[in-house]
Amino acid sequence: MVRMTGAKALIKALQKEKVDVIFGIPGGAILPVYDEFYDSDIRHILMRHEQCAAHAADGYARASGRVGVCMATSGPGATNLVTGIANAYMDSSPIVAFTGQVPRPFIGKDAFQETDIVGITTPITKCNFQVTDASQIPTTVKKAFYIASTGRPGPVLIDLPKDVQTEVAEMDFDGKIELRGYRPNHEPHPIQVKKAVDLLINAERPVILAGGGVISSNACSELLSIAELLLAPIATTLLGKGCIPENHPLSLGMLGMHGTIASNKIVPEADVLLAVGTRFSDRTTGAAKKFCVDAKIIHIDIDTSEIGKNIRPHVPIVADAKKALQAIYENLVQHYRKNERSQLMRKVQELKRQQEEIVNSKEGLSPPRLLTELRKILPEETIITTEVGQNQMWAALYLKTYKPRTFISSGGLGTMGFGFPAAIGAKTAHPEVPVVDIAGDGSFIMTEQDLASSVTWNIPVTVIVLNNSVLGMVAQWQRLFYNRRYSAVDLGRIPDFVKLAEAYGAQGLRVGSIEEFTKAIKIGLNSDVTTVIDVPISSEENVFPMVPPGGELDKFVAG
Amino acid sequence: MNDNEKIQIISAIVEHKPGVLHSISNMFRRRGFNIESISVGVAEQKDLARMTITIKGDDRTVEQVVKQLKKLIDVVKVSILDPSESVTRELALIKVSTSDARVRSDIINYTEIFKGHVVDVAHESLIIEITGDLDKINAFIELMRPFGVKEIARTGITALTRGMRSVKME
Repeated sequence: MVRMTGAKALIKALQKEKVDVIFGIPGGAILPVYDEFYDSDIRHILMRHEQCAAHAADGYARASGRVGVCMATSGPGATNLVTGIANAYMDSSPIVAFTGQVPRPFIGKDAFQETDIVGITTPITKCNFQVTDASQIPTTVKKAFYIASTGRPGPVLIDLPKDVQTEVAEMDFDGKIELRGYRPNHEPHPIQVKKAVDLLINAERPVILAGGGVISSNACSELLSIAELLLAPIATTLLGKGCIPENHPLSLGMLGMHGTIASNKIVPEADVLLAVGTRFSDRTTGAAKKFCVDAKIIHIDIDTSEIGKNIRPHVPIVADAKKALQAIYENLVQHYRKNERSQLMRKVQELKRQQEEIVNSKEGLSPPRLLTELRKILPEETIITTEVGQNQMWAALYLKTYKPRTFISSGGLGTMGFGFPAAIGAKTAHPEVPVVDIAGDGSFIMTEQDLASSVTWNIPVTVIVLNNSVLGMVAQWQRLFYNRRYSAVDLGRIPDFVKLAEAYGAQGLRVGSIEEFTKAIKIGLNSDVTTVIDVPISSEENVFPMVPPGGELDKFVAG
Repeated sequence: MNDNEKIQIISAIVEHKPGVLHSISNMFRRRGFNIESISVGVAEQKDLARMTITIKGDDRTVEQVVKQLKKLIDVVKVSILDPSESVTRELALIKVSTSDARVRSDIINYTEIFKGHVVDVAHESLIIEITGDLDKINAFIELMRPFGVKEIARTGITALTRGMRSVKME
């Protein structure tokens, strides 16, 4: 036991969790903690908006697999974190958010910059705490990091009243934490594993659907072993992208509303579907009642509540994906007799070729072509982040991902403005790796002020603005489903992204051809300052393939 | 209410601390679960509370409710109670108008038949306390209606499993 202030105890508790970086913005109610940062080794990156602090922590977490940390003051600082926390919750990303709070005697009195952030974030955090006694700080921090990073990962918030930060108390940093209602480690049940193996052995057209859970449990190689043994093609969700190298013969690419031709054709024909670490989101399944109706579905998920929530599986396995896949593989390898599946393999290759034809048919600065060219230049380990909308779907479809944790995108919440701060977070986690944000003009403008933090903190990333001067995905829906009645989507040629970048001390480049584009990318990758590349594209181009909302996966518009 | 929907009772052991009821009721609202009643009180261990939830829904909905409850960190244990294997009780306080002595004695007679108690007597009204399962309380309230029911306060159902089977911390 040691006597110290709550703020000092917080720093020490963070060091015990091996936190090396915090993204945040100070303010009145968190001043005592910031005073401790002054003498601390923990790197604090001053962001320019709290939403970006939360997204940066999220990007850091997804790139590194470790817990990301963000911090804000009470009131508006705390509420500005909310979008970022909700984003991390929807995509199961482990972050811990700290907020200042008004001193305890003022709580409930509507004091200056008071807000009920614990109440506000209850439905968008895995768990949250308000510390009412300084001596609770060490164990609360320990609980928060443990909860955020185990089981199905997710955000945790700790609210710290200002007088708790200054209160001196006896601190116990070696105390055990007790969480009676939290048992995150589920072993795969042997009977369920056996049932899954029996289905897989007898399957004629086994297909795998891999979600973000495969990546967060580091189960990619286990999954690939099963796929290669069975010769079962792998489709991924948006968040599962990267769990299999997308140039692998068994990779089908993304499934869903904007799924690849191969995924959306092959998955509905499966007779056994092995779904791992996916929550069967509506964007992935299309019409849920018609999803894989002919298939026996095996669903592996660590979160029991995902079993049967959207799709009812025939064989549920509640377990960590890695452990479940290991168990399935070990059992499978003993009993499985090799099947060539030459017909299926030919079909997969033919459908992939059809997708490539779409790219080849494009001329000029068309996103599918731009992104295909981009992939040729980027080193394999490059981390891609995306904004949300057309840019995101083009990236998902046409920018092949080769490694886990190198494709970072806002899937569940669909947060425009996520990609750029997430890129800052990813670059902070991996300074040695190039980081590229695939952006649209509408998205980038929502968080562009953090060009300031990327420049001042020397965190260089490359932002590619696919600039169509409209809110492109909304315009696409208005074009396809609202009879071209374009309502509130025109953004004009504002701002001038080159000048905008330069105003922040970043580098701005505008390109007018594929050759200029590739040249600009190389400049960006080799630059030690953040580079914004403005790529003017047509405002009329649609993202295809597309399944109309509520439609069946294989009934897509190819383009 | 479609054919598959029925009233089901869920018993949950939760951490007895501020914010827990909020996070549970918030989850019900957010997921669109229709809760008939919730009763909460301290359980056999003073840092735990027992929550009894009655919900109208089909089996799949109730299964989701249980899973979503279990997912909450402050919820320690959850079970669906089998009506034939459990005791369920609710307490109701009913204020009834008493226009004359004859009515008053009728009400007191009914109360005795239902093993209730008169807990407040005034010139114009009586308050009756009655305990029982859902059907008994509903039946008693219907019986009182012709006399003029002025106010009703019900606790919601609370329940325990019979015998040695139990929903508790191991």
